[in-house]
Amino acid sequence: MTALTAAVRLPRADVRAYIAGGSFIGLGLVDVLVFTRHHGDAVFALSLPGAGIQVPSVHVPSVPIVLALGFVTIVAGFVRAFVDLSSVARRVLIGVALVASLFALLCWADASNPVGSMNLIDLLQGTVFAAIPLVLGALSGLMCERSGVINIAIEGQLLTGAFAAAIVSSAVGATVGLWFGLLAGSLTGGLVGALLAVFAIKYLVDQIILGVVINLLAIGFTNYLYDRVMVPYANLNTGNFFTPYKIPVLGDIPIIGPIFFDSTVILYIAYILLILIQVAMFSTRWGLRVRAVGEHPTAADTVGIRVLWTRYRNVILGGMVAGIGGAYLTVGSTGQFSTGISSGFGYIGLACMIFGRWKPFGATAAALLFGFCRQLGYELQLLNVPISPYLLAMLPYVATIIAVAGLVGRVRAPAADGKPYIKA
Amino acid sequence: MTEQQATVPAPAPEPRRARLTAGVLIEAVTEGSPAVITILAIFSALVVGGVLIVVSDPVVLRAWDSLGYAPGTALSSTWQSVASAYSALFEGSIFSPTTVANAFHGGSIAAIFYPLSLTVYEATPLILTGLAVAVPFRSGLFNIGATSQFLGGAIVAAWLGADVSLPLVIHLVVCVAGAMVGGAAIGWIPGALKARTGAHEVIVTIMLNYVMANLLLYLLSGHHLLQAPGQPNQIAAPVAGNAVLPHVGGPPPQADLGFLLAIAAAAGVAWLLSRTTIGFQFRTVGANPNAARSAGMSVERTWVRVMMIAGSLAGLAAATVVLAGGSPPPPLVPSTPGTYGFDGITVALLGRAKPAGVVLAGLLFGALNAGGTNVAGLTSVPVDIVQVLEGTIVLFVAAPPLIRSIYRLRSAAGTGMEDFAKGWNG
Repeated sequence: MTALTAAVRLPRADVRAYIAGGSFIGLGLVDVLVFTRHHGDAVFALSLPGAGIQVPSVHVPSVPIVLALGFVTIVAGFVRAFVDLSSVARRVLIGVALVASLFALLCWADASNPVGSMNLIDLLQGTVFAAIPLVLGALSGLMCERSGVINIAIEGQLLTGAFAAAIVSSAVGATVGLWFGLLAGSLTGGLVGALLAVFAIKYLVDQIILGVVINLLAIGFTNYLYDRVMVPYANLNTGNFFTPYKIPVLGDIPIIGPIFFDSTVILYIAYILLILIQVAMFSTRWGLRVRAVGEHPTAADTVGIRVLWTRYRNVILGGMVAGIGGAYLTVGSTGQFSTGISSGFGYIGLACMIFGRWKPFGATAAALLFGFCRQLGYELQLLNVPISPYLLAMLPYVATIIAVAGLVGRVRAPAADGKPYIKA
Repeated sequence: MTEQQATVPAPAPEPRRARLTAGVLIEAVTEGSPAVITILAIFSALVVGGVLIVVSDPVVLRAWDSLGYAPGTALSSTWQSVASAYSALFEGSIFSPTTVANAFHGGSIAAIFYPLSLTVYEATPLILTGLAVAVPFRSGLFNIGATSQFLGGAIVAAWLGADVSLPLVIHLVVCVAGAMVGGAAIGWIPGALKARTGAHEVIVTIMLNYVMANLLLYLLSGHHLLQAPGQPNQIAAPVAGNAVLPHVGGPPPQADLGFLLAIAAAAGVAWLLSRTTIGFQFRTVGANPNAARSAGMSVERTWVRVMMIAGSLAGLAAATVVLAGGSPPPPLVPSTPGTYGFDGITVALLGRAKPAGVVLAGLLFGALNAGGTNVAGLTSVPVDIVQVLEGTIVLFVAAPPLIRSIYRLRSAAGTGMEDFAKGWNG
């Protein structure tokens, strides 16, 4: 810790104020100068086609709204640069500037499109979908790291979980197969977790290196088995997936219902796991012991907590959680497995965990942010925005870098994270 | 943690080389010296790979179904499955007896060396990306972003190679230097972010990989910078003849000047790390950043320098691929970066982050890659078996206690792989 805090040269507060304020003003200028180019009304749909209760779409005149939003952003920039603010006020200003610029972007994108309208429900639903594997991956990382084992192998757990879920659900077939697939995905994730645990805890391998090597192995194994098994036997990759299940009553609430309560069953499992892990980790004796092992294993050992056993258990349980996230990638969404289907979700989940400061709800908020960036890219493509789809696809990754770099030394991992425990 | 770090001394001097006697050799084997561990790890990985080949071979599985009344068939088909794959691996990368026989009957003698030249060709970028991971390892940084730096170099090399017209030699030099600058620029980002904000390099480099992959797709589409004129697909314009790396020793061996560049880079890195002040700072920061800071070294500046050097090495790797001495050189496409960046991690780990080790590891993995193509061509085993082998080798190499317990070796001191990467708290 001392290494990091001493290493970080914090820019002086006023310099930071100028940089932050300047960026806000820049955003505002983009709003005013670029996003006012499209005239006409921006239409935002607030319910999906075919929904029970239709909420009327919102029509707004694009140019005046964008001008107003740009003006708000610029004012926020000047306030940030020249007024001494409390930390809460600073965060509120960041939120105001970002949200205003975002709406200006949406107005601009939508006004250019004479045919369709941007469906905000679709955008938010997609955000939640994209966040599912990230949340489960982050929860997996959290389970491991709170007990003191760094888990970079989330990516490999997602990938193998996705593979196992696809192949088992196809082999068993029917709706029951999907549940078997989900179970298989979870168990495979746990198996990768066990591999990580044995090498990290028993053989004391550097955990960051180990995680990356396991990820490479996972890519190799799934690519190999895909070519060897799934390609020749197409009936082992049929592409079954859970059809959305609408929760009675809750699913019918306008706006909120379709976003949160009319979805794949894996989302509901994620809700349960999220609450379960939050409560278990921070409100039970079990969680206190886990955190003690992660912060100060020697002290935990002294009072009779079994350090190594706690770590084995948590790493394997964490792997099982990530395995469910992997199952989401196949049986939860598109059904079919393809090579490299996890495409960095594990690493982004890891970043979410760090960004959320090793807390379940913090990690979820970060995952939703990244999910939103991803879905926004897709939605803008649908609206034929004159930005290359490849640049839009960079959004979640750039957002991750900005988030991790913007944390500025404020994160603090569990003290014993990544350090093997050797009983004296 | 702090106390633990404080007790770690600054980098230990390299142990003096002992006289090679039979006693030393026996001790090395029974105690499991790094070289012995590595060989056993490779052997173990081949066993694991063999099991995977057998259990995924439908012919073998069918033969085992009838084990009761035809046990011989089951065993022979099992042997056949593994042996054919591994002999194809060997013949594709080292040498093939048929070419020797052909040479006696008036065939080409150069053909004997063709598999070896393929190995060297495949090893060239692996050695360089391996160095790009190894140098940061020595400074306690984990560069998972060799792919992004490779892409940075590839983009610059492809652009300079196709869109600029320069005389012979100069064009090549400009392209290679440009690729190194391009890679260094991308390497600078995680180094500077870590130094200024504490952002962990593992996350930043991984994210940069995806950002750069999308940047390449962008540049190769919609008539942007790199897309070949009149080309609907994502293909770059071919590199001009002046910018192509010349063959060493003429065709058919595939080896070109790139391999010599890789060896020179390894020698340069070895010199830098062991003979210069900068290299000493690199190693000190890696062994103990607190001690380095107390001694007046700027840890932050070192991080930035290390990552820029790593980036330039990955960029050089890209130059050897984009400017490869083929005829015509394969144009830059989205799949060009392949797995070079990630293979660099395994190469660096297998080579224990030492330049000479990286060269040997690069040659081994180059041989596996060259042989893998042959395996996929001659047998029903997919080329991905190579990735499994490489990952398994490194997993075993990283865990000497496991190898020792499998082969009942006496325990000995560590392997020097403990302090390569640091956790989130720095």
